[in-house]
Amino acid sequence: MTPVIDPFSKDPRTEALLNINRRQFFGKTAFGIGTAALGSLLNTEANSSISSQPVHSQGLPQMAAKAKRVIYLFQNGGPTHCDLYDYKPLLQKKHGTPIPESYFQGKRFSTMTGNPSGKVMLAPVEPFKQRGQSGAWVSEFMPHVASVADDLCFIKSMHTEQVNHAPAISFFLSGAEIPGRPTLGAWLTYGLGAEGENLPGFVVMTSVSKGTSCGQIFYDFYWGSGFLPSRYQGVRFRGSGDPVLYLKNPAGISPSLRRHMLDDLAQINSLKQHQIGDPEITTRIAQYEMAHRMQTSVPELTDFSQEPKHVLALYGPQVHEQGTFAYNCLMARRLIERGTRYVQLMHAGWDQHNSLTTELYTQCRDTDQPSAGLIKDLKQRGLLEDTLVIWGGEFGRTPFIQGDLGNRPRWGRDHHPYAFTVWMAGGGIKPGVQHGNSDDLGMNAVEKPVHVHDLQATWLHQLGIDHERLTYKFQGRYFRLTDVHGHVVKPILA
Amino acid sequence: MKRKNPSIGLWALISSLALYGAAFAETPTVDFAKEILPILSDACFQCHGPDANARKANLRLDQEDAAKNARHGTAAIVAGNSQLSELMRRLTTEDPDEIMPPPETKRRLQPEQIERLKNWIDQGAQWSQHWSFTPLKTPTRPKGSLNPIDGFVDRALTRQGLSVNPRATKETLIRRASLDLTGLPPSTRETEAFVNDPSPNAWETVIDRLLASPRYGERMAWPWLDAARYADSNGYQGDRDRTMWPWRDWVVNAFNQNLPWDQFTQWQLAGDLLPNPSTEQILATGFNRNHMINGEGGRIPEENRVDYVMDMLETTGTVWLGLTFNCCRCHDHKFDPLTQEDYYSFSAFFNQTPVTGSGGDPQTPPVLPVPTREQEKQIDASNRKLTSLRKELQIQKQTVLKQSAALELEILNRLTKSNWQALMMDEMSALHQTLTQQDDASIKASGSVPDNDVYSLIGSSPPGKVTGILLEALHYPTLAKGGLSRTEGGNFVLTEIEISLQNKEDGTSRKIAIDSAEATFEQAGLSVDQAFDHDPQSGWGVWPGKPVTDQQAAIFRFDQPVEVGKKDQWLIELHHNHSAKRHTLGCFRLSISTVEEPPLPNIDLSLLTILKTPAMERSKSQQEQLTGYLLKQDKQYSSLMRKITTEQKRLDSVRRTVPKVMVMADKPDRRKTYLLNRGLYNQPGQEVKAALPVSLATPPEDQSLDRLDLAQWLTEPSNPLMARVTVNRFWQMLFGKGLVRSPEDFGVQGERPTHPELLDWLSHEFIQSGWNVKALLKKIMISETYQRSSHAASDQLELDPANKWLARSPRYRLPSWMIRDQALAVAGLLEPALGGPPSNGYQPPGVWEDSTFGNKKYVQDKGPHLYRRSLYTFWRRIIAPTLFFDTGSRQFCTVESERTNTPLHALTTFNDITYAEAARVLAHKVIVQAAPKQAPKTLLRIAHRRVLNRLPNDHELAVWESALVRSKTHFDKHLEEANAFLSIGETRLDSLHDTALEAALGTVCLTLFNTDEALNRE
Repeated sequence: MTPVIDPFSKDPRTEALLNINRRQFFGKTAFGIGTAALGSLLNTEANSSISSQPVHSQGLPQMAAKAKRVIYLFQNGGPTHCDLYDYKPLLQKKHGTPIPESYFQGKRFSTMTGNPSGKVMLAPVEPFKQRGQSGAWVSEFMPHVASVADDLCFIKSMHTEQVNHAPAISFFLSGAEIPGRPTLGAWLTYGLGAEGENLPGFVVMTSVSKGTSCGQIFYDFYWGSGFLPSRYQGVRFRGSGDPVLYLKNPAGISPSLRRHMLDDLAQINSLKQHQIGDPEITTRIAQYEMAHRMQTSVPELTDFSQEPKHVLALYGPQVHEQGTFAYNCLMARRLIERGTRYVQLMHAGWDQHNSLTTELYTQCRDTDQPSAGLIKDLKQRGLLEDTLVIWGGEFGRTPFIQGDLGNRPRWGRDHHPYAFTVWMAGGGIKPGVQHGNSDDLGMNAVEKPVHVHDLQATWLHQLGIDHERLTYKFQGRYFRLTDVHGHVVKPILA
Repeated sequence: MKRKNPSIGLWALISSLALYGAAFAETPTVDFAKEILPILSDACFQCHGPDANARKANLRLDQEDAAKNARHGTAAIVAGNSQLSELMRRLTTEDPDEIMPPPETKRRLQPEQIERLKNWIDQGAQWSQHWSFTPLKTPTRPKGSLNPIDGFVDRALTRQGLSVNPRATKETLIRRASLDLTGLPPSTRETEAFVNDPSPNAWETVIDRLLASPRYGERMAWPWLDAARYADSNGYQGDRDRTMWPWRDWVVNAFNQNLPWDQFTQWQLAGDLLPNPSTEQILATGFNRNHMINGEGGRIPEENRVDYVMDMLETTGTVWLGLTFNCCRCHDHKFDPLTQEDYYSFSAFFNQTPVTGSGGDPQTPPVLPVPTREQEKQIDASNRKLTSLRKELQIQKQTVLKQSAALELEILNRLTKSNWQALMMDEMSALHQTLTQQDDASIKASGSVPDNDVYSLIGSSPPGKVTGILLEALHYPTLAKGGLSRTEGGNFVLTEIEISLQNKEDGTSRKIAIDSAEATFEQAGLSVDQAFDHDPQSGWGVWPGKPVTDQQAAIFRFDQPVEVGKKDQWLIELHHNHSAKRHTLGCFRLSISTVEEPPLPNIDLSLLTILKTPAMERSKSQQEQLTGYLLKQDKQYSSLMRKITTEQKRLDSVRRTVPKVMVMADKPDRRKTYLLNRGLYNQPGQEVKAALPVSLATPPEDQSLDRLDLAQWLTEPSNPLMARVTVNRFWQMLFGKGLVRSPEDFGVQGERPTHPELLDWLSHEFIQSGWNVKALLKKIMISETYQRSSHAASDQLELDPANKWLARSPRYRLPSWMIRDQALAVAGLLEPALGGPPSNGYQPPGVWEDSTFGNKKYVQDKGPHLYRRSLYTFWRRIIAPTLFFDTGSRQFCTVESERTNTPLHALTTFNDITYAEAARVLAHKVIVQAAPKQAPKTLLRIAHRRVLNRLPNDHELAVWESALVRSKTHFDKHLEEANAFLSIGETRLDSLHDTALEAALGTVCLTLFNTDEALNRE
């Protein structure tokens, strides 16, 4: 028989155990300290194969990190580079004339376009201007982003391999078009852990402009952990009600009663551990304490009452409305301040097949000011230096028209993977830069083309990670975010 | 170069002795498959392995001949001489240009790995096949142990220097077995029965009872559903709901019936190809139709189709072979001897699907309608009723026909007595058509077909009092499809009928007012009254909802009898001005009557002709028309006909709601299969034939193989993989981890079995038993190994932290679905109904809506549906049920579920309605059971026992008692909180005397549900 230890006696062994529980596990363990730090503790039950993994994440970061955290402003649907950032005078000039075959020969388009032969070119809907000291071209659609152009690095020679939304988004976020690989946030929290203790290391928030006709769905594999343990998957904060599910105590259970219940639970579990010797029980006690802390830290996180007016004003009028992009941008800043490693905002509705002259305006109105506001806010707090902000979608849109040139209210552009623009800021990326270029119609990335895997390699590099060395063995193969490709885009590094 | 070496046998003997730990030499004999192959595979095969395209320097190290072959005077491996082996030189050189693996791969061999390679080469570089590809051999049963399982396990334990735990307590054992086999905890009664059963068979009795429980099939189904990526919706955009759940019920049933595993396999992979397949066998093939379906607009169908085929073959490969085929999509496997050609040859088995990949139909054919039991009952009842009604109808028909002569006479009498007199016309005209009158007085329109028309007809009748006019709309052979007009549908609309009498001599005329009208049929909205309402747009129509086939008639009665004189002529105008075009009468007849209140002839006047024709001379169609009429006139016959129609409608509506399960079938014409370069659907390479991986099976010559061949090959006892892979998964189910700890990968890069002989012995036994799953589980569970206590002594923890060697029973957190089922079961809330459509239980509001822009609305079920087993929870693929965690995603095949601990899990089980409701219901029942006693200790003992299946010890009881007393004191002061807690969930219970006590005990139960012990299988 295992001796039962009375928790109320002053038995030194009990004392020691309870002390360890209280101090070490209640106080020090973190929600998502990386594998390297907490792995041996959390993993004993979780996945013993982890311990047999070559410790890839050991010693991370592997080099000096310029960025400590990431905010990804993902724009679902494929924002139109032709109308926002990629200024092409020739496109203006050739408006209404057929796209020359040499621009699309041998290329595959969505079935909505099929063969682009005979499709006519469509001039940008709004005029472009050069902005700031750097002279970056930004259209009138994005006046607020234009105002921070000198803080941004535009990559105008992006290209990808997928022409449909879900596979293309999956490709951007996980490096593979088929669902099931770990996403960027999962890799980062696996490799680096979170900085804070009371909030998840990888948070996702989604939004869509009101009245948008878009039908793109936010699939959970956009923030999945793939074959990494599921604790690395993104925690999606909801756009209405409690941001985290099951955050509130059941009806009738007051905070003080819950505190007592947790203490009872810890006592019973400690007794059990004495009895049966399973070290996993210590983790269990810590798990419940962390959950309890989240119950207070999340409401604190979402309480904007202490934010000064001028800060709120940066994000625009929708900042108070839960579920909007503006609200999410401010939440992103508050999250990274509290130690979240990676925040992935996803704003849907950029799929302008027939709404360039209508819904695109709403789309820009709802995202332009909050994006720029976030940059300004991070900068004024000195956070931009080591926070990498990424803005972009899964592909661009065709320089030629989808729809009828005579029917302006229904002008549209189809999916286009061969050239598009993404911008980044902070985190050791050179500000005020326009990197690479597409051809004179914005059809193909021709000058310093940047592939999705290159971009991914660059992100990891900024976080101090060699993208070839952050790997995980699964089904007999070492997997990584960049598959077997990717080159760091060195010219844009500060 | 192979040399016959007489010492090979000796080597094998020595190495096997070494393996079994019976002999240890100075330098331990290195086992190739176990110790060398993993190193080579990890460090070298990337460039020197099976992948021909990636191969560098034309050197491969995965084949013995190639590795030992001398080239340029050296060989990579010179057996017996590490110093002469190029491999060793390259591994140890200082020269950065020569060293292997190359520096840029960032892979380095550890010194002990290099040492092992050296020893292996010096010991003769014996090659052997990767363990899982070697044929199954029956290992010798270990001597001296009653149960071979314990023999194998104990042998390894002795080698590890571990001492074993004693048997767990009976309370622990029965909870362990009940959870493992049924996913539910034992009842207090079941536990007592076991504890009090002194017989040596008590344990076996428990296992037999559990294996016979219908809950067994439900428990076994969950991991299978994870593997089969089962869900209730498509996934991807739209995520439309599908009805694959009859397949899920088939799985439950197959486990309960203990369908032998070879048949379980064959039915699911190729049930449709079996000779005269049963419904069940076809239903089973739903397995491979559970993949996601992408209905995104603009998606290229062929790309989808290729994705689906790849999913089928990769799932099949993982589930039955434990092989990771997916790497071979784009290139030859880097590690396993699987080639890209193998992949696409394997895909050819599934490539014969008639699915095209277009659209997002969640019931994309081929489908199998599978009625529920209730629907089946309804269909059966309807069919039985229809059969009997039809029989009655036949009898009644005979009865009517027997009296036909008499009936005909009666009709003839009625007809001839009828005083309708056909009007013969003097003049006829229409605005756009030509009207001609036939001998039977019918008038036919011909010529071009106008959109609208007005007919003017002038005719005479003998003098007398006329009371009304009859208009018959008639068939005519040239009219469309037996209709009454010249439109396709055969309908007409008479917008106005105008009647007047004019004097032939003085030309004066008087309008005749119509008082009332009656028609044989009126189309909805176009009644006969509208033909004389002076509204030129409205009128009389006869569209019955389908093309017109019956002749129709209307009678227009005058307000008073009209005196027709000798000089009078009838002038009748028929207007067709309806917005429906070409709705003009095609053939019609006008008659007058002189009787008062002329009745509508309920008889077709054309019958008259037939009746007048002698029976022998009637044409077949005439006779049919007559018979039809006679039957229709018979009240009993008509009533039977109406009953049949009603019943048929009922049957059809049931049939429409019958779930359709997507199943497998092959196209009649074979689709060619190509190797796809880089795995891209539009980059076909060479054509391939359906074949098994060449390294696993010798392909039969000139034979085209189908899925049934594949299924049969898998289940052949000579296939080394299927039994091992399957047995391993069942072991994993009972011990938390498999004997091979990578259940999805039995390849070179996967884990090696901890107990290879045990795995082989169990596999062998499994095959010998006729693939009997229940027998296999029982065999494992009656071993001592299974029954050990899970107490972890510190020396055990130190020596074997991961519990590979099973000196103690594994202790691990239950799957989240089992935690929920357990809470429902102990609270007595669990709804026992087996199978059927999925249920929507409690879920926080807005979860589906948030993810789908409000397109998918979550409608929570009510009543028993809230308390069904987790297995039946509706699984929306893009947003899985929120109360489960660490489950398979159901987006692709998963054969091992994770066990992680995140705070989110704690929030779920501590705060979700499901658990809070179960806790307060349990508290209520405990108080009722204990009444009239209500001492805290009494209540706590009962509750503790129900949740944890054992009584608390004194220390525990002290903690719980103070918790209960404290909570009660709190609730006494805050009764509103007590009431709020007791109202959680939808279960309504009688109120008890002491609300605060009930709520306090409820919070204790909730804490009990969250104790580590409740969350764990131990």
